[in-house]
Amino acid sequence: MSFLQIKQISHYYFSRTNYTKALDNVSLSVDEGSFVSFLGPSGCGKTTLLSIVAGIIRPTHGSITLQQQDLLENDNEIGYMLQQDYLFPWRTILENTLIGPKIKQTQSSSTVERAKNMLIEMGLENVLNSYPSSLSGGMRQRAALVRTLLTDPSLLLLDEPFSALDFQTKLKLEDLVSTLLKKYNKTSILVTHDIGEAIAMSDKIYLMKANPGEIHQQFEVPIEVRNLTPFEARKHVKYQNLFDRIWEELNSLESRSAIR
Amino acid sequence: MNQDQQSDNALFKDHLKRLKSDRRNTIYWQLFIFVVFIILWETTSRLGWIDPLIFSSPYKVSTLLFSNLIDGSLWFHLRITLFETVAGFLVGTVSGIVLAFLLWYSRKFSDVLDPYLVVLNALPKVALGPIIIVALGPGYTSIIMMGAIISFIITALVVYGAFREVDPNYLKVLESFGATKWQCFREAVFPASFPAMISTFKVNVGLSWVGVIVGEFLVASKGLGYLIVYGFQVFNFTLVLYSLLVIAFFAAVMYQAVEKLEKKIIKKN
Repeated sequence: MSFLQIKQISHYYFSRTNYTKALDNVSLSVDEGSFVSFLGPSGCGKTTLLSIVAGIIRPTHGSITLQQQDLLENDNEIGYMLQQDYLFPWRTILENTLIGPKIKQTQSSSTVERAKNMLIEMGLENVLNSYPSSLSGGMRQRAALVRTLLTDPSLLLLDEPFSALDFQTKLKLEDLVSTLLKKYNKTSILVTHDIGEAIAMSDKIYLMKANPGEIHQQFEVPIEVRNLTPFEARKHVKYQNLFDRIWEELNSLESRSAIR
Repeated sequence: MNQDQQSDNALFKDHLKRLKSDRRNTIYWQLFIFVVFIILWETTSRLGWIDPLIFSSPYKVSTLLFSNLIDGSLWFHLRITLFETVAGFLVGTVSGIVLAFLLWYSRKFSDVLDPYLVVLNALPKVALGPIIIVALGPGYTSIIMMGAIISFIITALVVYGAFREVDPNYLKVLESFGATKWQCFREAVFPASFPAMISTFKVNVGLSWVGVIVGEFLVASKGLGYLIVYGFQVFNFTLVLYSLLVIAFFAAVMYQAVEKLEKKIIKKN
């Protein structure tokens, strides 16, 4: 059995005058310890899908099981990273990372120690008691990563977490996240519109199309590329091949939707 | 190079000096207007150009102020009005924030209450004065209620608006950890709305004075509002102006206190 199973998920958004079908009959499964990406143009429902997996939105139809349990019963297992860090400006970095345990009321001196150690591991030892406004974008996103990992989620959801960063910071953070996730053997789902990022980080890519949101095609990332860090992966020849294939596929999707 | 730096420093010093003299200049003008106003008031009153019975004169007002300061009646009346105003402010503001919380917590509740809030907000609250006084009896309680009710609804509406404008992604972060609605409020919505709440404090300080003075007009036998009405009835406008000056001074002090609080809290954020 798979670690995470998404079974025939459909989702509608209702408004006063209309409704839109954001997701149509999406099914897939994710193995434990693997890294999966949802890639697609804006409006293909990838963020909706992630929010459903996170338990923030209830799908109109379908079900999701995590470790053979219905998702709604164990949503505590999930860590969510957003496009921006969303650190609380009135809390110090250390207090920000401890928000998860605080919400779950599991905070103890050992979690504080663990948070400190993780922050130090991320190179944030000098800003433990600083406020987020005094940190750079990359540092803030690293602090947000510690906040997400501190509750030790078995499934990590990444909603374009690198899209608000400058290119150099983004590449560095990709490497950091990728090695950390491998080290802790986390299962992760990344949502992105960046083809390169999807290939460099994942084991498997689901290409989604819009109106309604569906999985159009899936790509396995070659094993040689998978085992490299994202930065090194970008230099590999098979990376380039896959990039071209996905690029063409995206273009054909676009022209098809233009004709309709 | 060194010389350049020296001349740069000199320029900067000049700039500071100019800023300082600008500020001093402004203060001089403010003092000047004040002094001219007092002199004009005194002389026109003495010469009979304005009716001294109605407009009194700075000399008479300050004599009254001084004698009341010494015999303790200034403090006697002031302390009652101050207490009522501060209490009215606190009751109105806190209950307004509590109502805002309830509106935020339950969408249904706010939808149902919406038309009533609109009507209550449009209603001039001081018009409720007679009813409040009859219901709660003539005394502190009804005057404090007057100070409170005048700011209650508007506080609730403004703060509720601020609660709703908090970035939903903050809530998303908390919800991903399984936070309850109350936890979301405590950890994100409430602290994020601090600046909006402080600015309602500023408005409410002024409103509470209005409510309390009107309340005292209607019912009291002590307090600054009572002095104004009393002075009006016995045609002692020196007393009216004296009370007015004291109110203006302490209203400004309260406003400044809230502003200090604002600076402290905003800095922490």
